Amino acid sequence: MANRNSEAVFQNIDWFMVVIYLLLVTMGWLNIYAAVYNDDHTSIFDTSQSYGMQLVWILSSFFLAFVILVIDGEFFPTFAYILYGIFVLLLIVVLFAGVDVRGSKSWIEVGTFRIQPAELAKFATNLALAKYLSNVNIKIEKTGTKLIAASIFMIPAAIIIMQSETGAALVYAGFILVLYREGLSGIFLILGAAGVVLFITTLLVDKAILSIILGAIAVFAFLFIRIRIRNILAVAGILLLSLVAVNGVDYAFNNVLESHQRKRINVLIGKEIDPKGAGYNVNQSMIAIGSGGLAGKGYLNGTQTKNNFVPEQSTDFIFCTVGEEWGFIGSTVVLGLFLLLILRIIFMAERQRSAFSRIYGYGLASILFVHLAINVGMTIGLAPVVGIPLPFFSYGGSSLWSFTILTFIFIRLDAYRFQILR
Amino acid sequence: MNLFSDRKYVISAIFISLILIYLIRLFYIQVIDKKFKLAANDNALRHKIEYPERGIIYDRQGKIMVYNEPAYDLMVIPKRVKTIDTSDFCQMLEITKEEFIEKITKLKKQKFSSFKPEIFINDISLETSLPLQEKLIKFPGFFLQARTLRKYPLKIASHALGYVGEVDDKIIAQNPYYRSGDNMGLSGIEKSYEESLRGQRGVKIVMVDVYNRERGSFDGGKYDTASVLGKSLYSSIDAGLQEYGEKLMQNKVGAIVAIEPASGEVLCMVSSPTYDPNLLVGRAKSKQYRRMLLDTLKPLFNRATMAKYPPGSTFKLVNALIGQHEGVINENTLFSCSRGFHFGGLTVGCHPHASPVNLRYSITTSCNSYYCNTFRNTLLKYKKTSEGFTVWRNHVLSFGLGKKIPIDLPQESSGNVPTVKYYDRYHGAGRWNAISIISLAIGQGEMGVTPLQMANFCTIIANRGWYYPPHLIKRIDGGHLDTTYLKRRFTTVDRKYFEVVVESMRNVVTNGTGRIAQLDSLSICAKTGTAENPHGKDHSIFIAFAPMNNPKIAIAVYVENAGFGATWAAPIASLMIEKYLRKEVKRPEMEKRILDANLLPKKSDWVTKK
Repeated sequence: MANRNSEAVFQNIDWFMVVIYLLLVTMGWLNIYAAVYNDDHTSIFDTSQSYGMQLVWILSSFFLAFVILVIDGEFFPTFAYILYGIFVLLLIVVLFAGVDVRGSKSWIEVGTFRIQPAELAKFATNLALAKYLSNVNIKIEKTGTKLIAASIFMIPAAIIIMQSETGAALVYAGFILVLYREGLSGIFLILGAAGVVLFITTLLVDKAILSIILGAIAVFAFLFIRIRIRNILAVAGILLLSLVAVNGVDYAFNNVLESHQRKRINVLIGKEIDPKGAGYNVNQSMIAIGSGGLAGKGYLNGTQTKNNFVPEQSTDFIFCTVGEEWGFIGSTVVLGLFLLLILRIIFMAERQRSAFSRIYGYGLASILFVHLAINVGMTIGLAPVVGIPLPFFSYGGSSLWSFTILTFIFIRLDAYRFQILR
Repeated sequence: MNLFSDRKYVISAIFISLILIYLIRLFYIQVIDKKFKLAANDNALRHKIEYPERGIIYDRQGKIMVYNEPAYDLMVIPKRVKTIDTSDFCQMLEITKEEFIEKITKLKKQKFSSFKPEIFINDISLETSLPLQEKLIKFPGFFLQARTLRKYPLKIASHALGYVGEVDDKIIAQNPYYRSGDNMGLSGIEKSYEESLRGQRGVKIVMVDVYNRERGSFDGGKYDTASVLGKSLYSSIDAGLQEYGEKLMQNKVGAIVAIEPASGEVLCMVSSPTYDPNLLVGRAKSKQYRRMLLDTLKPLFNRATMAKYPPGSTFKLVNALIGQHEGVINENTLFSCSRGFHFGGLTVGCHPHASPVNLRYSITTSCNSYYCNTFRNTLLKYKKTSEGFTVWRNHVLSFGLGKKIPIDLPQESSGNVPTVKYYDRYHGAGRWNAISIISLAIGQGEMGVTPLQMANFCTIIANRGWYYPPHLIKRIDGGHLDTTYLKRRFTTVDRKYFEVVVESMRNVVTNGTGRIAQLDSLSICAKTGTAENPHGKDHSIFIAFAPMNNPKIAIAVYVENAGFGATWAAPIASLMIEKYLRKEVKRPEMEKRILDANLLPKKSDWVTKK
């Protein structure tokens, strides 16, 4: 039975996904080589350098992928909550016993290796959310359901924030898209987007002026809505909420956020210009990417890359290497591959018979998308600088393992789809 | 099959539109906006200027007069400076702690370039740099950068060679070649041959990393330009003669210029007091320069080309030549002299000698009366004094007097031969005649002549009527001399009138006023001069050339406030001729008398630093 099962798995694997995965991982490895390239260590297999280590991570990821593919498909929904529980516990343990790395307490040291449970917790959270939402009796319209679903991903996010890894926590916001797909009202997406717009305008525009503008919008709204008590109350309520938010944001911005976060946001919205301080990374990153031109400077020929002008270039700012050495064409190819991967995941999710697999697929697509959007966005000055890796590209074992596990669980679930009855 | 299945389109649309926004943004910063490319070059590329070694200057015999010695600039990267033992550091560099603090805080304030190396102290000599190099590891942020300094091994000819210094803003504005911090020749040969000596600056484009560390050449050096070495110069100066001349002139104020008549090559150019040219090199330069600038004896002043002295009796030779050419005298013309020239109430005195005087004897005995008559007759030949004077003046100018000759040095005085205009203004037009300006007959009055012009004039007589403009450089390695110095120039006086003057100059030495200059059988021809000086004792003047036929050296010697020409200038000239033609001086008493003589004005604070 087990034998037949694994044969069936390898027959039913979505090889298209696997090929994109292999392409991205290989391109990532070559770009890490370019980012840390120096004349003293030229062998790409040199494990004293991060590109050599990345190869170790890649090979171990292949092993992980293989293990996941041979595990029984029923394992994941069955053990979803248990895995989730283990990782939430691990996150709490890290909070107390973790190693301090550049101000964030999110690492566990195992021998000479360091792993970041915050990265690995993503797949467990995704599994748990899928498990919960795939429950036959679930009604997303119910407030209780919403709250439980939200807390499944808010709990790990909250612990990660306590580890001072705001960026990694931000990724969990992507699960909203999963809820939306499963029936959450679109209002929440619009409110979310409106909230972001309001947040930024609050920081840019004076509070008093903004209150007047909001009032004016409300008056306009009265002119266009049908005069009914419900509508009037809704508009008035939104206005009141907005006014509270405006003052709240200001308060939160000045009192809750830490000064380096405040600075990054200010630089991003153009309120502060600081080319040598908080803006330095973005500035140098844009210089590196912008100097790439249409076709790039050629592999290993990036002057900015080679001479370390961009900090963290092998990890968070790996996209600079692509931009500088491969130019606009190379950047388009990489972004195109990612888009292809995400759209393929959505396509595959929609063909699942099991709600669990579909929800898991959307979770995977959302996580990849948030990582891509924030990581690339910050390198081209469109998103704040929060340290999150570019999937498959950035140097680092935890993140590569995490994305490999996330992806291959989905490939395994997809290969298993014919054995599932609704 | 699922209630919300259509929402996949909404979600996909969100994903696709964000990627599209990113691609548009990427297209903008990568393809359209050029500022990032410029910023990238600014970041990673440094244009390193490679200074070629400045040309070497050799003397006539191939001895090195100027070469380059390795020196260092102490560079600092302000951001890397840590707390250091300032007392040790300052002591090695001979600066005070206050200077150190002032410099370092000034450099540290330049926020954006504090990773860029800046010059902390320039022109550190090799000797000073040695202990520094050993201890440099204790001073993070500091390093030494090699450059070169001029070195003058013979310590001679400072005025002729000139010096090198940093360009100022005015030069940078005038000449686009120079940049702030560049060096260039500021005087002497260093200045006039700047373009040959400096070579061609090279530019090397190197990549630097974020810490400003160099990371090799950019694009395989494709855009680099190689520097071209400065050209070597071969000077006409005879280092041995120059050195001897400077020695003879020690403790005296004045100048010696010697020229090889056949070529116009300057054999020596002494201006006294002089200084060790090495003083105006490196860090001590500005201090030394200021000190010498304040010295009352003006050691920086090149008297050989810049000082205007009355020519005195030597000028009688000019009048003898002009008089003959104008036909107012000939070899046999006689004038009487009873202790001078008398006209109305005016007397130009003369020393007692036989009378009447012919041309030859007038030169041998330096008779004033003879030349007053000659000069007066020259001017009287023409209807109007101004006309006669203009003719006379043009003759004088053709001897290289009263104008720049020229010479290949940046500073050259034209001397002074007054014009008709000048006298018209001084006396009123038509209200002056030969008698009112009679002192010109004997080289006094408003005449001003530089020692160089005097030596050139002596060259003209030695050559019997022509000269090459004098020059200090005879050959440029891989270059060509300015044709100015390769074309003969002739005087307006006919060649045939020179021989009698030459013969008379020979008699000056055999039995005239310049007997002291006699040197065994060598046929030295000469003329003494004593220039009256309103400021003090007379200047002692002597011009000479030798041998009489096929002359090898023509020389002019000026000793300020020393008295008669025969007393000081004549023996100096004679010793110089002996040194040059015989290579060895065999008149120790005469030599000792000159060397021991101190003719400096009293109360001078000048101390020769050699």
